[in-house]
Formats: sequence, C-alpha cells, structure tokens
Amino acid sequence: MNAFDYRAPRTLDEALASLQEYGDDARVIAGGTALVTMMRQRLVQPRCVVSLRDVEGLGRIEARNGAVRLGALVTHREAETSPLLQERLPVLAETFRRVGTIRIRNMATVGGALAHADPNQDPPVTLIALDASVEIQRAGGRRELPIAAFFRDYYEPALEPGELVTAVTVPLLPPASGASFIKFLPRTADDYATVAVAVTVTLEPDGKRCREARIALGSVATTPLRGRAAEALLAGARLDESLVKSVGEAAKGEVDPLDDHRGSAAYKREMSAVMVGRALTQAWARARGAAREAE
Amino acid sequence: MIRLTVNGQSHDVEVPTYRTLLDCLRYDLGLTGSKEGCSVGVCGACTVLLDGKMISSCIALAVFADGREVTTVEGLAEDERLHPVQQAFMDAGGFQCGICTPGQVVAAKALLDAIPNPSDTEIREWMLGNLCRCTGYYKIVESIRAAAQPSRA
Repeated sequence: MNAFDYRAPRTLDEALASLQEYGDDARVIAGGTALVTMMRQRLVQPRCVVSLRDVEGLGRIEARNGAVRLGALVTHREAETSPLLQERLPVLAETFRRVGTIRIRNMATVGGALAHADPNQDPPVTLIALDASVEIQRAGGRRELPIAAFFRDYYEPALEPGELVTAVTVPLLPPASGASFIKFLPRTADDYATVAVAVTVTLEPDGKRCREARIALGSVATTPLRGRAAEALLAGARLDESLVKSVGEAAKGEVDPLDDHRGSAAYKREMSAVMVGRALTQAWARARGAAREAE
Repeated sequence: MIRLTVNGQSHDVEVPTYRTLLDCLRYDLGLTGSKEGCSVGVCGACTVLLDGKMISSCIALAVFADGREVTTVEGLAEDERLHPVQQAFMDAGGFQCGICTPGQVVAAKALLDAIPNPSDTEIREWMLGNLCRCTGYYKIVESIRAAAQPSRA
C-alpha cells in the first residue's frame, strides 16, 4: 500500500471539510473491505484517507414516513439482523444476509457498498427494485438521487469530489406486494453472483393483475441496472408461463455482460432470462399471498 | 501512535497509516498466531475479533482498531488451560496442517459466543468463510459441536 494522510473526524461537518480540502485525492473509508483490498492491490492510491469510523449519527436504521432510512455506516450485518428491516423490508434484510461472509458483513457498510459502485454487489440490485433514493452530502449542501441514477459506470458512482453518501432511504412496498432477491452462485456461497436479480410486484386489489413491477439485475453489465423493457410487459398483465417467458426474453435484451470466470457473456445473458423468470414467479406468489391476507 | 487492547493488554504502537491490523499484530506485537492467507478477506486465516465481532485483519487498517479491543487466538487460553474450543479441536482432530486453525478457532469462539448451541446448519453457515484445504470440514464441524456440548461429544 502507498503512504497516505489519515483523518479521523468526529463530526460529519469535519468529514465533509476534509473531503472538500483534498477533493479528488481523498478516499473515504468506512468498513474498508473494498478500499483496503483495492489499495493493497494498488488499484487505488489516495493521498488522503478520511475515516468515518468516529463520525456520529450515520449508523442508524429508522422508520420514517412510509420508508426505512439506513444510515451510511450501518453495517451489512446490522442491516441483516435488524428487526425493523426484517419486519418491514424482509427482502432487503435477506439481500444483505447473502453478501460475502459474516466477517465481511461485520465491516462492510451500506454507504460503502453504494459508493464502491461494483456492479457485482447484491444490495444495489434490491435497492433498485425497491426504488430507493441515495442521500448525498457535501460541505454546505445536500441532495437526493434515485438509486437507479446513482451508478454511472464500472466502479463509478454519481459522486462529485467532496461528496459523501450519508444514507439510503427505502420506501415500503404498497399493500398486495411481494419481492424477491435471488442470485446464481455456481462456485461458493460467499462469491459474487454470476447473475443476481431482484423483482418487486404490486398487484391490483383483485389480486390477479399486476399494477406495478420493478426488475433489477446485477453482475450483467458495467453497472447494476433496471430492466425497464421487461417491466413494461407486466403492467396490467396476469401471470402465466408465456408472460414469464417473454419478460425473461425482454430482460436478455437489456443486459450487457462481461466474460469472466463466473461465466461467459452469452451464458450470463441466457441466465438473466432464467433468473428474472424465477424471481418474478416468486415475487408474484408473495404478492398474491399478501393480497389474500389483506382480504 | 495508536492504542490497542489486545487480549486484555493495552499497547501503544507507532504505525504507518497503511499498516494492516494483521501486520501490526504479527510484526509490531509479535503475535504470529493470526496468519496471512489470501490477503483479500476471503480465506479466514487472519480472523480476529474486534470488539467481539469477527473480522478479516488482513483488510483492516491498524488505525481502524485504535482504541478498540482485539482478541486473537493467543488470547483464548486462560493460563495453561485451553479454551473449550481449542480443546475440542484437539480432541476431535479438527485440523491437519494447522495453517487455518487459528482462524477456525477464533471464528468458532465467536460463533459460540453468539449462538451457544448451534445447529449443524448454523455452524456451516457461520464457518463458510474459513477455508480449510485438508480436513474436508467434517472434523471441524464435529469439534465445534463438541465444544458447544461437551456431554454429547
């Protein structure tokens, strides 16, 4: 690793001031699982590392206006084991549970996973399907961005120098909704996915037709992405085999995978259709269950 | 200068900012029980507890542990008496070459701290991040089961 200045501010304002001072030369460290690994491999050589470890107030999970807000310093393990998240957004708690190993989840943070912008990560996929928004702060300013617009390119988040992810806000699903996150892991349980898919489905009050659905995919492009063409086939539709098939086919047209040791691009493209079909079927069944319960 | 409490003992250590916690333990404090395997947080050979939670010390900066409590494999035995997990690994033969064992033992201790009587599934889920290339894992699972329930072993 290269030598670097290390700042450990105690307040958010101090952290933002340090980021402003160093601009492009600064990197933020929270849990460090991604950054330290990249620094050890000399993929990143920052002049200054700003640690959020001692910054107060960024580690809370709270219910707020029909949403759950996760502070940037919430660890994956805290998210996975949070009774609030397990009750309100079980699919998101489950997604965090599926990341890496407990050792990694004890360190890796919600905000870090977003700012890292690795297209192979799981939480962004589910957060896109849940239509979350990312809270971003800089010295003297604050903005919210829909998460689907947050991932610009391979390891490139929509963050300007001096900006910091401070929270992600996840709206609860409406009544008669279901969600699913699945990933295909041909190697080991703690590996990155070959293809990961999250789907949310909201049914009409009759419990039969789809009112709204969102489909998100990971590991199949330079960013996690939303399958809008596939979603468009779902509005007003009833679930049957041919619908599942055509939605999967539509998703195949939206992905642009890279060849790697987890599968060829062609294989990942085919698997995108399979996994979208499975996640859709599961989310739909859960939505139907929720609709029935509401009757 | 950072202050670490390692296995109950406080240390003031002068480290460069890029020092990993693992290197600090091994080279600054002479605690060579924790091993470097993969160097990317996957294999588990460098597993230590930070404030009671298991982490990969090879991808943690030493400065990240400033003011905190670290537990390594050297801190498990009390005086001359092995920790129950260590004893169980001895009794059940939960190792062969031994390189992964410090990490296995520390991870198993963390498991039993969190879930005193885990099911086999819970053991396997918890331990999936600690790789062993010798044992095939059966003896490791057996060792942990024995440590949890000495009477059933």
